[in-house]
Amino acid sequence: MKLNELTAHELLDLIKTKKETAASIFSAVKRAIDALDKKINAYAHISEKPIESTDSSKENPIPIAIKDNICIKDYLTTCSSHILEGFKPPYNATVVNKLLDSGALITGHANMDEFAFGSSTETSFFGPTRNPWNLECVPGGSSGGSAAAVAANEAIWALGSDTGGSIRQPASFCGVVGLKPTYGRVSRYGLIAFASSLDQIGPLTKDVEDSALLLNLISGHDEMDSTSANLSVPDYAKALTGDIRNLKIGIPKEYFIEGIDPEVKTNIMEAIEVLKKKGAQFKEISLPHTEYAVATYYILATAEASSNLARFDGVEYGLRCHPKEKRRTPIIDMYEETRRQGFGQEAKRRIMLGTYSLSSGYYDAYYLRAQKVRTLIKNDFDEAFKEFDAILTPTSPTTAFKIGEKASDPLSMYLSDIYTISANLAGIPALSLPCGFSKDGLPIGLQVMAKPFDEEMIFRVAHTYEQNTDWHKKKVTL
Amino acid sequence: MSHILFNANIHIFIYKFLLVGKIMISKKDVQYISHLSRIYTDDHEAEALAKNLEGILTYIEKLKKLDIKNVKPTSHVLPLKNVFRDDILKESLGQKNATKIAVKSEKGSFKVPQVIE
Amino acid sequence: MKQYETVIGLEVHLQLSTQTKIFCGCSTEFGKDPNSQTCPICLGLPGTLPVLNKKVLESAIKIGLALNCKINSLVKFDRKNYYYPDLPKAYQISQYDFPIAHTGYLNVKTGDETKKLGITRAHMEEDAGKLIHDPAIKSSLVDYNRTGTPLVEIVSEPDMRSPQEAYDYLTTLKLHMQYLDVSDCDMEKGSLRCDANVSIREEGQTKLGTKAELKNLNSFKAVKSALEFEVARQIKLAESGERIVQETRLWDESKQITISMRSKEEAHDYRYFPEPDLVPFMVEKEDIKNVRTTLPESPSKKQDRFIKNYKLSTYDVDVLVQDRKISDFFEECVKEYNQPKKICNWIIGPLLQEINSNEKGISNDRLSGINLVAPTAKTFTDLIIKVEDGTISNLVGKSVLTSMLDRGKTSAEIIKEQNLAQVSDEGALEEIVATVIAENSKIVEQIKSGKESAIGFLVGQSMKKTQGKANPKKIGEMIKRRILND
Repeated sequence: MKLNELTAHELLDLIKTKKETAASIFSAVKRAIDALDKKINAYAHISEKPIESTDSSKENPIPIAIKDNICIKDYLTTCSSHILEGFKPPYNATVVNKLLDSGALITGHANMDEFAFGSSTETSFFGPTRNPWNLECVPGGSSGGSAAAVAANEAIWALGSDTGGSIRQPASFCGVVGLKPTYGRVSRYGLIAFASSLDQIGPLTKDVEDSALLLNLISGHDEMDSTSANLSVPDYAKALTGDIRNLKIGIPKEYFIEGIDPEVKTNIMEAIEVLKKKGAQFKEISLPHTEYAVATYYILATAEASSNLARFDGVEYGLRCHPKEKRRTPIIDMYEETRRQGFGQEAKRRIMLGTYSLSSGYYDAYYLRAQKVRTLIKNDFDEAFKEFDAILTPTSPTTAFKIGEKASDPLSMYLSDIYTISANLAGIPALSLPCGFSKDGLPIGLQVMAKPFDEEMIFRVAHTYEQNTDWHKKKVTL
Repeated sequence: MSHILFNANIHIFIYKFLLVGKIMISKKDVQYISHLSRIYTDDHEAEALAKNLEGILTYIEKLKKLDIKNVKPTSHVLPLKNVFRDDILKESLGQKNATKIAVKSEKGSFKVPQVIE
Repeated sequence: MKQYETVIGLEVHLQLSTQTKIFCGCSTEFGKDPNSQTCPICLGLPGTLPVLNKKVLESAIKIGLALNCKINSLVKFDRKNYYYPDLPKAYQISQYDFPIAHTGYLNVKTGDETKKLGITRAHMEEDAGKLIHDPAIKSSLVDYNRTGTPLVEIVSEPDMRSPQEAYDYLTTLKLHMQYLDVSDCDMEKGSLRCDANVSIREEGQTKLGTKAELKNLNSFKAVKSALEFEVARQIKLAESGERIVQETRLWDESKQITISMRSKEEAHDYRYFPEPDLVPFMVEKEDIKNVRTTLPESPSKKQDRFIKNYKLSTYDVDVLVQDRKISDFFEECVKEYNQPKKICNWIIGPLLQEINSNEKGISNDRLSGINLVAPTAKTFTDLIIKVEDGTISNLVGKSVLTSMLDRGKTSAEIIKEQNLAQVSDEGALEEIVATVIAENSKIVEQIKSGKESAIGFLVGQSMKKTQGKANPKKIGEMIKRRILND
């Protein structure tokens, strides 16, 4: 096997036993990027040399791709948007500092849906990323670039961000492992915000062990982020015990009604059987407010986004445009033309939807109401976790769809987030890992959720499943 | 807690909504929201956006089915409170680094088209 | 002709004098090079997050308590969304429905009465940057140094009934806030800003009339003048049957008129919603109690106490109380030398004169003005005692004070050094008296014919000849004896 096809933990062993060097590993990854990325377009910005710190501990010199919405100092950070053209932040995100301090070699910025608005990476200003399993298909989104890079071995592991499923759904479509940590587990400082009360940065990796290792590196309290939890970080690698005897896992009935692809359903059911054989107990549960999750999300997330993106106006940095003819005043014209040319269609839709739902007269009917429904959705999970250790669902109702298939129907795109959105609303951790393939050869993802700050439970269940199957060993052929 | 809006279009829009029940968004509504969002949209774009927004908002209507009278809103999903920092100086970027990102700068300031007061 | 009642409410913004900004660690120092005191957070760069400066919350609680407000136990921040180049995030982090303090009052002496003027609320928010317009290059220049400076906005009830009352409210508010040491309260530097809301209504009416919001008021005097102009303008409109429009009007200091901004104005839809990047703050009763113990005695309480305990006049007390450090100094001096009236006179007169003539910059602590060495209660009272017991004359005393403040020495040292001791010995003064009488025969004639007040002139001449060292009382007696008994 080529070096870039190995997992981080395998490579760390090789480095420790001096069989390989960090440089040779990076070269292997770089060769793959040079050979493949024109086809796959997983990267928005590729760094010729690894971005690294001269002052690091050198403990984890593993090549990593970072989603284009996570700030890297003096390096193009553009959220795959035209409006941030040329923007090089004068500071690192906290997670980037942590990674650089531990010796990480950053390969560049991974492609994404513009400002994380999307479930397919089709709205990127740099063009869509293609699914390594089938280049006609989407890799999922918005962290499609991160997921595709890992699946195509153009990076050993990657960081993505998840607001409504943007790590898990592309992980599911690309056959890799993607974790959305508990809200507050990982610092958001330096993550260009989409929806502040929902966003989290998380790992995309080739297997569950790598996910635990990468989570170890990026977790922890940050004094620069008022919403980061002041809780100690356990060693997540210790959770990979393989023992799930007598764990109680709930299967929410609302996740198995119409709309789910029959092949997806079959694979999930088979996965349940694998876990039953290892001693876990399953029971059907109800999360009664599931059907309201997408509507709730699209009010709250777009409202916060409309405010978070108001700063992109050409005044301080990025793109600046002026209309050919005067419309109002020079400054307002600059704002309106910059944002007209700088934002894609989906970004405009979401900003306007958000502005509308916060506008005078509508706050109570939309935003406030959605905040209350959010409480009901969170309560559903709190109730379930009183009795259950984990919740298991499909990650997505379908496998990867074709590029262009859903682009003209925003609502249908939104509805594909139905299984992932609730975890963001409730703030709980959730992970997707491969559990099979469709007959078309497209990966299917299994989602495991647990109560806040119980990532260890998720790793325990997911790792057990993974080690009793060999989906994670299947590689793309490119 | 309501703000007073002086735009006649929105008043007409609210009235339409109460009357009909289905969400109707006109081109004019979109143009108002566009200006509020500082995104210029021409007629053609406004029409397309109006249809998109109508569809999404109609879907969102389902939230009205729920009884939320006694439910508290969730603004923060973590039960965190009282996060502070001390009143201690930290290093600033300095003028050079701060204006390095500028689209246009002059005399250490960010330059924009003249804002007419 | 109808009688109209004026209704005025004021919104005052105080810039807090914390060392760092409200949400980041940049300095709040005034007057530095553009954008030299900025960081990714106050520049509003994407990905940055705010963290609240604890001192800002403490200062805001102090302000609320000093204004007799209720302090909210749940404090949260909200986003106020609007677009302007000096607002880098395109929203201001402010407080909407759960301000830190609400429902208080301020007792204000105005005219002959003391009125209780209501305070609706006080809340914390961040300041915006500075915009300078350069029409020569058709551009505006933005300096973000001021962005993120902590502000407390104090909103009064519309309880003021005249421009004078509004003026008195402002001076009282400024004094109370200066006492807390939370802000410089300096309109020139922009650490105190004021907008005024004014409307009129027919006397007897309880419903509020349509208000105008006045902006660009750069001094307390401007506030009063602008209000006077605006009230007259509104009354004129009402009497001619025209409608008064709710609008923002700018005060033009040079023309002394208010100008409508209506044509350029859009009703703002701020789309307030809770700030997701800041968690809520719970203010416990303990916290409030702790802050309350750090509050200094309020100026009004001090005034009452000084009048009662030290038997000083209202005028005297008003002056002493203007600066907390001065009134504290006064009390320390009284401890050393129990002559409150004498000490008060020396402070209000010679000491403040020295300070005022030396003040190069504006500082809250006027007792240690830029070029002066602050006197101690001991050295100051020593000086007064020396004048009282005749060691030096009053006139000499004043110049000794100047030397003390310039050079930091004690009065004893200066008197010895410059040989300033007052001469009271008659033997030593004989010659001077004789000379002065001889040189001023016309005046002597006047005195002899009954104009005793002219003795003062001769005393003055004697003082000149002795460089102020003669004991004027002694000289006066000697001159009188000499002339009238001759």
